[in-house]
Amino acid sequence: MKTKLFAAPYIVWMAIFILVPLGACAYYAFTDPNTGSFTFANIKAIETYLPTFIDSLWLAAIAAAICLVLAYPVAYTIAQARPSRQRVLMLLVMLPMCMSFLLRTLALVAIMEDTGIINQLLSKIGLGPVTLMRTPAAVVFGMVYNYLPYMIMPLYSVMVKINPSVIEAAQDLGCSSVKVLTRVMLPLSLPGIVSGITMVFVPAVSTFYISKKLGGTGTAMIGDIIESQFKSTYNLNVGAAMSLVLMILIFICMGIMNKFTDSDDVSLY
Amino acid sequence: MKKELIRLTDIVMSYDGEEVLKSVNLAVHDKEFVTLLGPSGCGKTTTLRIIGGFETPDKGDVYFEGQRINDVPAYKRKVNTVFQRYALFPHLNVFENVAFGLRLQKLPEQEIRTRVMEMLELVNLRGFERRTSTTLSGGQQQRVAIARALVCRPRLLLLDEPLGALDLRLRKDMQAELKRIQQQLEITFVYVTHDQEEALAMSDRVVVMDKGVIQQIGTPEDIYNEPENAFVADFIGESNIIDGVMIDDYVVEFCGRRFQCVDKGFGRNTPVDVVIRPEDIDIIPYESGHIKGTVVSATFKGVHYEFIIDVDGFKWLIQSTDYQSVGSAVAFVINPEDIHIMKKSEYSGVFGDYSSFSDEYDEDGRAAEEDHED
Repeated sequence: MKTKLFAAPYIVWMAIFILVPLGACAYYAFTDPNTGSFTFANIKAIETYLPTFIDSLWLAAIAAAICLVLAYPVAYTIAQARPSRQRVLMLLVMLPMCMSFLLRTLALVAIMEDTGIINQLLSKIGLGPVTLMRTPAAVVFGMVYNYLPYMIMPLYSVMVKINPSVIEAAQDLGCSSVKVLTRVMLPLSLPGIVSGITMVFVPAVSTFYISKKLGGTGTAMIGDIIESQFKSTYNLNVGAAMSLVLMILIFICMGIMNKFTDSDDVSLY
Repeated sequence: MKKELIRLTDIVMSYDGEEVLKSVNLAVHDKEFVTLLGPSGCGKTTTLRIIGGFETPDKGDVYFEGQRINDVPAYKRKVNTVFQRYALFPHLNVFENVAFGLRLQKLPEQEIRTRVMEMLELVNLRGFERRTSTTLSGGQQQRVAIARALVCRPRLLLLDEPLGALDLRLRKDMQAELKRIQQQLEITFVYVTHDQEEALAMSDRVVVMDKGVIQQIGTPEDIYNEPENAFVADFIGESNIIDGVMIDDYVVEFCGRRFQCVDKGFGRNTPVDVVIRPEDIDIIPYESGHIKGTVVSATFKGVHYEFIIDVDGFKWLIQSTDYQSVGSAVAFVINPEDIHIMKKSEYSGVFGDYSSFSDEYDEDGRAAEEDHED
């Protein structure tokens, strides 16, 4: 009883700020803006934005993949370091997160824009200016930059728990460094890979600020469309329907990801 | 003379400026069971890891069948290791753990199957193939680790305190099983332990180490009966170590008396350490004893009693089946063949007086704890 009581504030919090908005979202998604009657029209209206949905999922997937490739060696190096150094390095990884996400993206704009720092330098040596912004690549870059720590952290926390003598056992049985990675490290760090991808992919799919600032007109992400539905076109019902569909898509992606860990009996602890 | 398999010459190794091995020389013969024995931090595990290829010595060479293998990485050595904490692959089941080395060699599936099943048979784990390694008991995990190493048919198997985490009963069973496996497969074993009983029970030869130095190499009988210095005498079993003077060949003086002994060659009037094992001392009627003292404590140990007897301030440990009450005056006699003489060493005076009997048990406890941590 007592333990339940301690959880009460959180349950109230969840009810007010998660369940109620979700309910509202579902309600708006399935009702007609004028009459308030039940309708599928909002869901149907999403069809026009299908390419944007696909683009968003695609860009987020690319960003997650790049994050994984970048973060894996970083996390491995940190996990191999001495414990005192590990703490310092992890602090450095998390340091950018202390700063506002919006500020960091704005700073990227200042660096990458046509008259930004990079292009000023390039112009001086006669190579620029180069268009760095308003491309899908710039959006992916922004996402990687912002979400990289979310990939490093789960990878690190799984890797640091891998018993070093398991690695030695693999070498002992004939594994070269590459084989150690593919046969032991990767399977054992799979839970970290899955949660890292989830932690990058989910916010990346629904991000709206990064694409708005770094992307061009052609690279609007689904998050931008949802935002504009609420804020500029005042079409709450279509916005709600899109949010709902996006959420379901994300759940499906997460379900697929989790399949990887479930089926392999990975039990590290 | 048996063929030599592994030779270490003048191995020096340090971590963070601290020398953990100081000029270690060791040769292991083919099909031999050699145990590296010593307290924690003596360098035994480091020695093993150098043979396995997990550490590169600062100085000195490692030879395998006469070939220098310093620069051969672990995965290319014909050596396999059973790790202290088993180190099974948690993502693989028992079968795949054992098959791991064979799959790397890209053997045909049929051969892998036969060899893995053969090994599981050998370690009495048939029927456990599909179990995940994490659902096994400590003893079973240990046997999987042994099977996984042996299935690769190594010339040399390294075992790093493989039984350290098992309870006493299981340990005794596994000792017998390991010895049986070693004799059946005719593989050379290099075994690391801090448990002297284990070392004596299993080994062809024991290498006693302390502070990065090999103190003595010999058969279990040699090590027990003819320890070279006070450290070995104390570490292998219980010993009373008394300051003495070698008066002449076969005559030694200690506790204010001259005794006949069977050792010679120390020179006249040379200070020596005298070792007398507690089980070799007979308590006899007070009047006829050589040495007289008072019982300070008596502990029942099952097979015998253990008495601490104060003789002019020096505390002797004596094991006897006859009970003596605390405070009673007793006398004992020492026969010439029970006296073992050792040269003085840096360990003289450090061990062998049971005034601090409890401390020693503490140290054992601490050693076990440290091992537990890593």
